[in-house]
Amino acid sequence: MSGHSSYNPTNPVAKWLDSRLPIMRFSKEHLMDFPTPKNLNYWWTFGAILAFMLVVQIATGIVLAMSYTPDAALAFDSVENIRRNVNYGRIIQATHAVGASMFFVAVYVHIGRGLYYGSYKEPREVLWILGVLIFVLMMATAFMGYVLPWGQMSFWAATVITNIFSAIPIIGDPLLQLLRGGFAVDNPTLKRFFSLHYLLPFVIAAVVALHIWALHVPGNNNPVGVEVKSSHDTVPFHPYITMKDLLAIVLFLIPFAWFVFFAPDILGHPDNYKPANPLITPAHIVPEWYFLPFYAILRAIDFDMWFISAKLGGVIFFGGSILVLFFVPWLDGSKTRSGTFRPLFKPFYWLFIFNFFLLTYLGAQLAVEPYSTLSKISTAYYFGYFLIILPIVSRIETPNPLPASISESVLGKGGS
Amino acid sequence: MASDATTDTTKRDFLYVATGAMGAVGTAVAVWPLIDQMNPDASTLALSTIEVSLSSIVEGESVTVMWRGQPIFIRYRTADDIAQSKAVPMEELKDPASDAERVTEGQEQWLVQIGICTHLGCVPTGQKSGSAKGDFGGWFCPCHGSHYDTAGRIRKGPAPLNLVLPDYNFLSDTLIKIG
Repeated sequence: MSGHSSYNPTNPVAKWLDSRLPIMRFSKEHLMDFPTPKNLNYWWTFGAILAFMLVVQIATGIVLAMSYTPDAALAFDSVENIRRNVNYGRIIQATHAVGASMFFVAVYVHIGRGLYYGSYKEPREVLWILGVLIFVLMMATAFMGYVLPWGQMSFWAATVITNIFSAIPIIGDPLLQLLRGGFAVDNPTLKRFFSLHYLLPFVIAAVVALHIWALHVPGNNNPVGVEVKSSHDTVPFHPYITMKDLLAIVLFLIPFAWFVFFAPDILGHPDNYKPANPLITPAHIVPEWYFLPFYAILRAIDFDMWFISAKLGGVIFFGGSILVLFFVPWLDGSKTRSGTFRPLFKPFYWLFIFNFFLLTYLGAQLAVEPYSTLSKISTAYYFGYFLIILPIVSRIETPNPLPASISESVLGKGGS
Repeated sequence: MASDATTDTTKRDFLYVATGAMGAVGTAVAVWPLIDQMNPDASTLALSTIEVSLSSIVEGESVTVMWRGQPIFIRYRTADDIAQSKAVPMEELKDPASDAERVTEGQEQWLVQIGICTHLGCVPTGQKSGSAKGDFGGWFCPCHGSHYDTAGRIRKGPAPLNLVLPDYNFLSDTLIKIG
């Protein structure tokens, strides 16, 4: 994508460095001059928002680790100590906890944008797969982070989620003991979760670097899904996109700040302000909101299928709901990328989005009727969308005509 | 010359594969301790047996003790509980087990089990006199609604198995050793 380089240093030190480590040239080509489609809308700013959120989480997390104690007897009090005694600790802890939620808001929008505009399609399959991988790592990191305050919800989330592995035939129980470091969730579990919670964000950062690398090979997709044909279709990344992304980050910070300063606990659960107690399970355990859709899928399978027990079945569907995302580039065979030009695809897409919200709602309800039946229907649509609707729609649909170029699609609106 | 080259290639191939295999085995051996350290350590394993005195428990009451970080439910069952459990036909059970298989012969009033729901590991309620015992008079798991009967057998809900019985034996009529 990058054309001839516009980096021509005249300063002798810059020249000297450029011939040894061309880091300035690389930065100029990829962070400033990178040609970006000129029709990107605000849905495209969520990539930058996510990069920003990763930095926020790592920065606040490193600071929190200075006052946090990963020990079953001390963890709960150390978090309270951060919130009450450490200078600005109340705000830093709230930023980190709310930040996890905001991170997921942004990632769901980012994934939803990719699904609508067909950003996973050839030649961006690897870019998409790396993105799904980041999402999986994010979920693991968020889950382990939630365990660290060692409240009742932390403890029982750890118990229920690690128990998922016990559904695996034969190796399930030894694997469960290996993960927990004991016969139940206890001090060893907390310590390893802290260690891994500190490690994984840096793994995420590395995969993000690959994700951006894979983005910079074919360049950005765009709202009309027509590839860039000439320099008339693009603008330089800086200042056009950098400024737009910055504005989006500022707007994103408004609800973020509202939560941090006015309602830091509203997204959490009151039971997590009771210290962990391995003898009492809270009456109604629910995961954090961002896991609810997948939790609803896990619970929807409450019946045996052939030789597969309900428990194992739930786990298979739970895992499958994320695994299926890896295969989307090959499930959707339509050559037209953007959903804007796909009349048949569009209603199914919006139903999928509605269904995702519905799953979120259902995940928070008790496992009774009518929610149990609704969960099954909702789960069926989630999988049906990927495994049946996308392949069939892409085969039978006649897409609307595409504009000849990005430039034409932008200028054509003026009626010229 | 040609045959020399072939011999040479074969020899090199062998050395190449052998070196690679050695390297892979060596790496696996080196990595194993890093993984195995995650398994329960010696101090956790050392807590693997406890002795519990039953003398202070009255009929119809339950107590919970900790064993290996897990709650152990001990219930002194009433004659009613036992009769109710024995009356259940086998075909009604999801994980069939007779009442006799759930207890020690001659000590039928004592039911000793790991108090962890076999679904996703929550602790069922039903130990305290006022708490929910479920539809079958045993235990009820609040997480996903599993009901256990007076022999700790799964009767209703998503749990696949009966409450697990720990290894235990009677040292005397009022003393048991778990583990």
